[in-house]
Amino acid sequence: MLDADRIKLKKRTLGWLIIIVIVAVLAGFFDYGHPFSFLPKFFKTPFRLGLDLSGGTHLLYEADVSQVKDSDRSSTMSGLRDVIERRVNLFGVSEPRVETLEVGNSYRLVVELAGIKDIKEAIKVIGETPYLEFQEQRSDEETQQILEKQKAKDPLYLYVDPYFVAAQPPLTGKYLKTSRLEFNQQTYEPYVGLQFNDEGAKIFEELTTKNVNKILGIYLDGQPISLPVVKEPISGGQAQITGKFTNEEAKQLVERLNAGALPVPIKLLSQQSIGASLGETSLKSGLKAGLIGIVLVIIFMLGYYQVFGLFASLALIIYTALSLAIFKLIPVTLTLAGVAGFILSIGMAVDANILIFARSKEEIKKGLTKFRAIEEGFKRAWPSIRDSNVSTIITCLVLYNFTTSIVKGFALTLLIGVLVSMFTAITVTRSFLRVFMK
Amino acid sequence: MTIEFVKNRKINYAISFILIVGSIVSLALFSLKPGMDFIGGSLLELNLNKTAISSDQIKSVFSQFGVNDVVISAIGDNGLLIRTREISEDEHQQIIKQLTSQFPGVEESRFESVGPTIGRELKNKSITGVVFVMLGIGLYLTWAFRKVSRPMSSWKYGVVTLVALLHDVLIPIGVFALLGHFCGIEIDSNFIVALLVVLGFSVHDTIVVLDRIREKLRLMPGLEFSSTINQSINETMARSINTSLTLILVLLALFIFGPVSLKNFVLVLLIGTFFGTYSSIFIASPLLYDWYRLTQRRQVKK
Repeated sequence: MLDADRIKLKKRTLGWLIIIVIVAVLAGFFDYGHPFSFLPKFFKTPFRLGLDLSGGTHLLYEADVSQVKDSDRSSTMSGLRDVIERRVNLFGVSEPRVETLEVGNSYRLVVELAGIKDIKEAIKVIGETPYLEFQEQRSDEETQQILEKQKAKDPLYLYVDPYFVAAQPPLTGKYLKTSRLEFNQQTYEPYVGLQFNDEGAKIFEELTTKNVNKILGIYLDGQPISLPVVKEPISGGQAQITGKFTNEEAKQLVERLNAGALPVPIKLLSQQSIGASLGETSLKSGLKAGLIGIVLVIIFMLGYYQVFGLFASLALIIYTALSLAIFKLIPVTLTLAGVAGFILSIGMAVDANILIFARSKEEIKKGLTKFRAIEEGFKRAWPSIRDSNVSTIITCLVLYNFTTSIVKGFALTLLIGVLVSMFTAITVTRSFLRVFMK
Repeated sequence: MTIEFVKNRKINYAISFILIVGSIVSLALFSLKPGMDFIGGSLLELNLNKTAISSDQIKSVFSQFGVNDVVISAIGDNGLLIRTREISEDEHQQIIKQLTSQFPGVEESRFESVGPTIGRELKNKSITGVVFVMLGIGLYLTWAFRKVSRPMSSWKYGVVTLVALLHDVLIPIGVFALLGHFCGIEIDSNFIVALLVVLGFSVHDTIVVLDRIREKLRLMPGLEFSSTINQSINETMARSINTSLTLILVLLALFIFGPVSLKNFVLVLLIGTFFGTYSSIFIASPLLYDWYRLTQRRQVKK
């Protein structure tokens, strides 16, 4: 290469390198922003910690869907999920997670509660079968009376709903056969169809006769999910709830109604509860190990590869800053295993550098100039770097797809680590060497 | 200085043979001790907060509720880990109530319970996972080495790598069979993850050697195959060791300073990484050579 070309390359690379360093410094502040008061709020986003680090409970339930028709199962599950999410929200847990899973023929429900105190109570409340009931409007006098008593702080009336009361005769979920999302043939507007069983049909007829032009509220677990007005007495056990629904809203209402109508008992399959202090200890020792790991790797790289090692170490620090920032941005839920995955990736991040430097040294021995030898080293080491990283990526993908959420965290951090390290160990180190090597 | 890896390969084969046979024998004799992740069970970790409490006292509390098979181990100087059969949420609450009223100061810091269904699933998933990873890596290598077909076809590189991988995972499995029998160490889902990661990592060093062989075959086609292999190993040995060394450094940091619950996980990785490097230098490429000789001999016979 001509000297003029080299100088041009150097200049171009320098610009590129400055950008990388600026991004890395920003990433560093983003990773660890809270001590610096001058930073905007965005920089203080916390890491999302998994339950094993923040403390909390992971509950896995199996739903018994044997009494539900095959075709209705997934919508029933989504209704159940919704019901349980509403219950869990009452515990004031930050970001509770409730998800449904289908494993083979079994329908599961995952509930994750971070930082919850009363796990016993949570398990009890979650396990209860959803309770659906219809409620009638109270008479105006009754409402007035209750409101006055409440104003007077009468303890007997504090928790009484002044407007609605359980329907007489009682109409509950067990009388509701099913609920379905339907569409008006002319307007194509969605509405919700209800079908009661024979006994339910009679009660419903009585209630609708009694409550024409009044609201007949539908309550799930004591919370109203729909407050339709009765237009006329309905016999035969078929009813429609119409209104300005979006498809989504109508679908959600159907799921909620079915959750109360179809009995889907759930059974606790496994649980994992971790105290907050144990989580904190784990996190601290994980971070300490990571830090010591980085220092050891840097010492080794400096000792063995000297100047080359210096640039690889800088690239390693940039690697750490960038990866952690990516964890926050996505955000990746960091579990203990995830932290371990990241620490492992630190040990691997310099692998590419080692391969490249070893190759460059060989090329220098062959008589190439240092500059040429380095360029050649990058080029020739590439196939083996690519092949070995692909094999790790294969492992990560298998791990991500076949295992539990805890292992997923590990696979994801390791995967991100491998991808970022390919960038830092190759592009960033090369930029450093191009600019600073004579 | 050139080390004669190919010429002296019989010694290394013997070492590996002994290690592998030893692993298989200990696996057959003792088998791995499955933890609650696999067979179901419960685990309770207590923070003692300096309360003096003996194993027998704990056992008697558990036996009041009909839980008799209780394994207790210490965690740090202030924690206890109690493993039992799967206990229901009700039993769990009663036991905790009893423990905390009898020993004020004691705190529950972790409770895990796994039903047998989940355990069975995990077992199946683990086996599928190992198979998929090995298949994936084998196929990828066959593809990556597709342009190298003389003197060995490319799929053989994949097979040799898989044999080396099998070697690398069998040894930690053997070690854990021994540890399970003599120290009561159980394997959990992390153990499986560690094995899969060993598969992914230990292939790195093998690839470095194979890659050099691939390059040498292209640049120096006249060289004898045994010399090609031997030179390739010699030239890449330092970097194979160094790449593993950086990994071993962070693993040691994790093992010594990291969280207690990751110790076994890290140990599998340490053993696997060590033998992974060993096999990539001493086993994988020499095996390639033996395979080559076998095909040569067959061709001569024809």
